[in-house]
Amino acid sequence: MSPTRRSVLKGIASAATLAATGVPKAIASPPRRKTPPADAVGLLYDATRCIGCQACVVKCKEANGLPPDTGTPRGAMYDAPDDLNAKTKNIIKLYKGEDGRTSFMKAQCMHCVDPACASVCMISALHKGPRGIVEWDPDKCVGCRYCMTACPFNVPKYEWNTAFPKIVKCEMCRHLLAKGGIPACVAACPREAVIFGGLETLRSDAKGRIAREPKKYFPKVYGDTDGGGTQVLYLSAAGIPFGKLGLPDLGDDPVPELSESLTHAVYQGFIAPVALYGILGFAVYRSWRSQRLGEGGEK
Amino acid sequence: MNPHASAVSGPILTRFFKVCLAVFAMCILVLAWRFVVGLGPTTGMNDGFPWGIWIAFDVVIGTALACGGFSVAILCYAFNNGKYHPLIRPAVLTSALGYSLAGASVIVDLGRYWNVWRIPLLWNWNRNSVLLEVAICIMTYVVVLWIELSPAFLEVWEKQEKFPLLCRAARRVHGWLNRYLIAILALGILLPTMHQSSLGSLMLIMVSKLHKLWHTPLLPVLFLSTAILMGYAAVIFESALADEVFDRPRETKLLASMSGIMVVVLFFFLGVRLVDLALRGRLGLIARLDFYSMMFLLEMVLFLAPALLLLSRKRRENPGIELISAIMMMLAGSLYRFDTFLVGFNPGPGWSYFPTIPEMMVTIGFVAFEVLAYLFIVKQFPILHTGLPSQTFGAVTPKSSV
Repeated sequence: MSPTRRSVLKGIASAATLAATGVPKAIASPPRRKTPPADAVGLLYDATRCIGCQACVVKCKEANGLPPDTGTPRGAMYDAPDDLNAKTKNIIKLYKGEDGRTSFMKAQCMHCVDPACASVCMISALHKGPRGIVEWDPDKCVGCRYCMTACPFNVPKYEWNTAFPKIVKCEMCRHLLAKGGIPACVAACPREAVIFGGLETLRSDAKGRIAREPKKYFPKVYGDTDGGGTQVLYLSAAGIPFGKLGLPDLGDDPVPELSESLTHAVYQGFIAPVALYGILGFAVYRSWRSQRLGEGGEK
Repeated sequence: MNPHASAVSGPILTRFFKVCLAVFAMCILVLAWRFVVGLGPTTGMNDGFPWGIWIAFDVVIGTALACGGFSVAILCYAFNNGKYHPLIRPAVLTSALGYSLAGASVIVDLGRYWNVWRIPLLWNWNRNSVLLEVAICIMTYVVVLWIELSPAFLEVWEKQEKFPLLCRAARRVHGWLNRYLIAILALGILLPTMHQSSLGSLMLIMVSKLHKLWHTPLLPVLFLSTAILMGYAAVIFESALADEVFDRPRETKLLASMSGIMVVVLFFFLGVRLVDLALRGRLGLIARLDFYSMMFLLEMVLFLAPALLLLSRKRRENPGIELISAIMMMLAGSLYRFDTFLVGFNPGPGWSYFPTIPEMMVTIGFVAFEVLAYLFIVKQFPILHTGLPSQTFGAVTPKSSV
């Protein structure tokens, strides 16, 4: 009755086939789309309205207690960060095309509907909080920086120059929202280039603007479906695609979809690892016993 | 019991040992500096490249090179091929050292290491995180490896009649181990299968940042096969080195038959890699002859050359060719993993990464420590095979001063 080595090998082979066929099936199955919570909030940035005054940059720092960043242009006296960094959660950049056309661009956390940073975070230090805001929990974060490599927008930043660093990113001024306020960048904007509101309202507002003035706008709302949707939406001027503003072309699939569906397929209910462990345990037992018998024979 | 293994005799504090000690001491100094000033001043990492060589080399490549214990255990236990037994202990020793140091590297790399105790707590887990799977597996596997290796220590301690307490404890633990080692050995195959493939899955989410020559849903399969390959290759490399240094009998036949298995894995890897690129219409990227395609082609050459070299049995039994092939395989797997984690990773214009000298010194220091620990342990405990069962403790005379 004892199983032969062949049967053990067959068992391993069939388990492997099962795993192999299970994976494509999981990928082919309809994507598990996450939807934003009903009370989701967001930002709408309209690049055609922005005049690049940087009031939002200054007020963001003030509201979040961030120090000025004077390091970059050789000891400049003013706050002049050149990109998002550990001292800058929000920044206005300028795109200049070959034809001389320009456009401003506001960069901060996109508060993705299905965020890559939250998907990869080992113990959910980054997670979707109330109203869909992507929050960072200093008590949990181990500083592995997987969120930084995983974020397609390069948003989470790290305090490189301290022994006790933090991960820094826009949290939509959730401390102000908790007190009934609005994000500092929105409050500071003199042109209403960035507005705050419920996600659904912002979406229809953005689409309405394009519909009313199709000649003025690039015919797409960035963030509506991109990368599974984001809670920060963008409008760009006609003729300036979002790629020029530094927003990646992600397609409509949520960024974590491939990795999560693969991981779930293999580790679903932990069945495959347990089954493999059982098979291995049995194989090792057989090997162990036959060796024991061999040793006994020698003696 | 492993009657075929014995400790290498000879002094421990050789000149080579002292050099390694000095290198390791430098590494400790650099580490002290890193913990005072942070990662920015000490490493080349930045907001675009938040992972550097401590992850790409120490962990991703280091653990694969340390997969010898896993590769040989598959042969010995899963496929019931007891003839590979003499190779198990040295392989498990390097695995235990390699994985322990990879774990140490992670702690050094973590920005907020003081929160690390939260990771093993079940209720904190984010089950979507591939890194969590890697972390838990590697933590557990380090423990498993030292347990797998522990009979080598226990056999020596059992005989320390001068210390009756140690002696008795060792006997008791050894008896207990003999009963439950099966469960541990099976774990020792399961865990690397899981986390080595997951190391590849780590890059799956970087759809827009990882070059299309490296990003594929098959990353886990490719990473698992390179782990097996690099594990075997490292066993051959080390055994050749140890046999040379300690003047031990060569295990030519055994290693040659293992090389035969590697040819299969090598062609499997190449096949999967190229068919996958072809099916997804990405072969054209190779013909671009830019920096990325050059790196890709270099990888292919490094994988193909040992596959062809080891194709004939005659060449497999030639120790020189075998060693060269093993080195090429180690390089091939390392380059593949390096390309996937750093070369093919592009966070956007304006970012670049190159490791700083202190950063490299930490990596080199860790390797030096590994060599130190290896030398110390093989000289104190029965790890290396003696070839002939009749040879006893100390019967082998070392010819070198290592």
